[in-house]
Amino acid sequence: MTESHIVGTSVPRKEGRDKVTGAARYVDDMVLPGMLFGATVRSTIARGKIKKITYHPAIPWNEFVHVTARDIPGKNCIALILDDQPCLAAEIVNHPEEPILLLAHADRHALHKAVEAISVEYAPLPAVHSLEQSEKQSTIIWGADNTFKTFLVEKGDVDSVWREAAHIIEGEYFTGAQEQLYIENNGVIAAYDEGTGVTVWGSLQCPYYVHKALMVLCGLPEDKVRVVQMETGGAFGGKEEYPSMIAGHAALLAIKSGRPVKIVYDRMEDMAATTKRHPSRTRHRTAVDKDGKILGGEIEFTIDGGAYATLSSVVLSRGTIHAGGPYYWPSVRIRTKAVATNTPPHGAFRGFGAPQSLFAIERHMDRIAKVVDLDPVEIRRRNFLQPGQSTTTQQVIRENIDLHHLLDRAVKLSDYRGKKKRFALENQSGTQKRGIGIAAFLHGAGFTGSGERYLNSLVGVEAAADGTVRVLVSSAEFGQGTNTVLCQIAAETLGLSYDCVTIAQPDTTVVPNSGPTVASRTAMIVGKIVQSAALGIRQTLVKSGVLGDRYTPDQFRDACRKYLAAHGPLKSLSRYEAPPSVYWDDEKYRGEAYAAFAWAVYVSEVTVDLTTYSVTVDDFVALQEIGKVLHPVLAAGQITGGVAQGIGFALYEKVVWQDGRMLNNQLTNYIMPTAADLPPIRVFFEENGNDHGAYGAKGIGELPMDGPAPAILNAVEDALGVSLNSIPLLSEDLFDALHGKSEANSVLSSTPGSQ
Amino acid sequence: MNLAPEHTAKSVVLLTVNGEARKVSVHPMARLLDVLRHELGLTGTKEGCGEGECGSCSVLMDGMLVNSCLIPAAQASGASIITIEGISAHPLLPRLQHAFLECGGAQCGICTPGMILAAAHLLEKIPAPTLDEIREGLAGNLCRCTGYMQIFEAVAQAAQDRVSR
Repeated sequence: MTESHIVGTSVPRKEGRDKVTGAARYVDDMVLPGMLFGATVRSTIARGKIKKITYHPAIPWNEFVHVTARDIPGKNCIALILDDQPCLAAEIVNHPEEPILLLAHADRHALHKAVEAISVEYAPLPAVHSLEQSEKQSTIIWGADNTFKTFLVEKGDVDSVWREAAHIIEGEYFTGAQEQLYIENNGVIAAYDEGTGVTVWGSLQCPYYVHKALMVLCGLPEDKVRVVQMETGGAFGGKEEYPSMIAGHAALLAIKSGRPVKIVYDRMEDMAATTKRHPSRTRHRTAVDKDGKILGGEIEFTIDGGAYATLSSVVLSRGTIHAGGPYYWPSVRIRTKAVATNTPPHGAFRGFGAPQSLFAIERHMDRIAKVVDLDPVEIRRRNFLQPGQSTTTQQVIRENIDLHHLLDRAVKLSDYRGKKKRFALENQSGTQKRGIGIAAFLHGAGFTGSGERYLNSLVGVEAAADGTVRVLVSSAEFGQGTNTVLCQIAAETLGLSYDCVTIAQPDTTVVPNSGPTVASRTAMIVGKIVQSAALGIRQTLVKSGVLGDRYTPDQFRDACRKYLAAHGPLKSLSRYEAPPSVYWDDEKYRGEAYAAFAWAVYVSEVTVDLTTYSVTVDDFVALQEIGKVLHPVLAAGQITGGVAQGIGFALYEKVVWQDGRMLNNQLTNYIMPTAADLPPIRVFFEENGNDHGAYGAKGIGELPMDGPAPAILNAVEDALGVSLNSIPLLSEDLFDALHGKSEANSVLSSTPGSQ
Repeated sequence: MNLAPEHTAKSVVLLTVNGEARKVSVHPMARLLDVLRHELGLTGTKEGCGEGECGSCSVLMDGMLVNSCLIPAAQASGASIITIEGISAHPLLPRLQHAFLECGGAQCGICTPGMILAAAHLLEKIPAPTLDEIREGLAGNLCRCTGYMQIFEAVAQAAQDRVSR
């Protein structure tokens, strides 16, 4: 075996050449013979009974394939957690844009006209359009109480801390919906054949989620549903659950027509109808001693789940666990809930609840600092979690993490102290106010609690007679580097060159279920199983006597050839193994929430222009501890991309709602950061390793989404001396806040009172 | 609502694509993007928004950077078009492709073809652009994955390679 150094180096992205030459095949690039195009007729109201559907006589309807809920062979639901969301509304609609019926035709232009020629008459029902309205429960729109899920986390005796507190600090924080805005819209092609069943090719993150949903919807057995992931043009969580819906629609049309059907949304449909980040409200009430040390606190975290349960319970879970930030709470009570509104269901988006609750705690820490009269660095230093202490769920930190060091380094890299001083002086005059802000945070990698054990992921690695090796996983590549990193891990484990290892296109007839491509779990958790499966190949070859303990790539190739000739295919399968002595109590929400956390301190520098009311980020330092950097270029790309989305979350991206419908569902008026808008994003890593991840890796995909928004709003407060606690903060929001027109961003709340 | 069936005759459009003369017969309202993707099978050009905001469908038309989703096919008549597939028709493309690959300028890849054409257009005008000129030159092309930093690096590297030759 050669000394290899593949892990930790920036090898070329596996599918990179195809991407830069335009050869990569996305679903819309695929055409099947006889293929039809599909379209969806959607609800135009927020809630009501469907009374009548009228088809305009000018359309030759007999040319169209037409599918309603009555055509569904299996169960009319998108199987996920609670199965409460129908694939096609049959009698009642619960949100605008809810799918009601489907059409298919060979000519896209004809299809568009036909959709316009169908009118649906409703008997409207009262609808709920805000989290506040939902929790009042005066109109019940879901279940008995509009509540999808609640959690309660309790640690210590929080009721006893208030009387000994030097200060009690309260705050309320809001975050808005955010569109994932992958540049490739949702799309699939479905085909049906009585012998082989349904096949779907699509832009998606989780092939086996779609597989499961199609089995239930189409009433087909496991082996009659095949899901293939095409090259996927961005996802960010937005292609976690929604592909089951669009795949279901295409499959129903394909079953009915017997022809392949392509459904690719245009931008307006994608933005209006598919999932977004859950809007949130967080309330903090915190007891601190005279030195600013947290004694205990109460946290209420509420998210708006939209009209159906979908993934809201899981998003809520992650938001709940991250609500305390990277701090030590001797006592805490965290009450959280996900409530229903009549908007399209909110869903997975990078960070998955954590950016919302971390925004709140990181703004709140600055508020505490003000009351106690400490600077934002010092308040964090005094409250950081340290090894041996426990989190809010009473997970003891066993990692050797030194947050003080991380903080010191970030302060130095950003010249925090020098700039803070300088800005304070310069801000005394002029209309350009500058500020600098910090956010410290953590992000747990992998499914929460017992989640990975339930997933029980399976990974395969196979070797061919020519000595090449192929990784078999359902983990999808959608830009983040799955293909590259998993091949690096297999190559390193087997002592082969990177070029000798390939990865299979995710196809449920070819790859085992290594779980969904979510939760920052791919490099750390799936990577570890790839490592184990690759080791299995080596052990098999060594045991069968064709390979020595140490070998060259040539010897490996010979061994593969000999083994395959004698025994047939060489494939090694490995399953997830839970870290030993991990305790998690789903009832009490207590225990080891994650096998590892990534840790970070971000510093943002801003200019607030009091003439235009615009906020510009001038510099951004992103420092994180992520165990081991498997691929420096890809890792840095994850961080810069996440920070850019975080800047969008804070300052640019606003979903404008009217009666549950997104009004600005176009790129002309939903604005994401362009190349001209972003500051230099300076990325720095610390590597402490991690026993539970492949070669010491931790998950990093979601981490960079958590820190930018609070760091930026903290910088805005530094610049203006005004506390703004609601994002997104666009120019008009800042104007309203400074002129007393915003309740959420009330300037009056800028001087937090101590009780 | 006009629901009358369409009997519009297709019109013939002659154009040069990646150095090759092509003749297509399309609906008069077809977009250049549709001509490239559907008629000519050049699927490297992507559709992201259909309204000229994202730049994924960027191509060069007679040396100008255009959003092919906004160009009616008839307007492209007689024009010379360069797409991401036109490696041999445009000397800057291979260099940019290599630099994007090396610097991490492509993640999900959907904006990449348009981004590379925008970069090629920039380097034609300004062979050694400053960072601000790169930012400005690529501001019409949205990327949701990278945060642009590695794209800037890639363009700077391609410019450097070019100047040092």
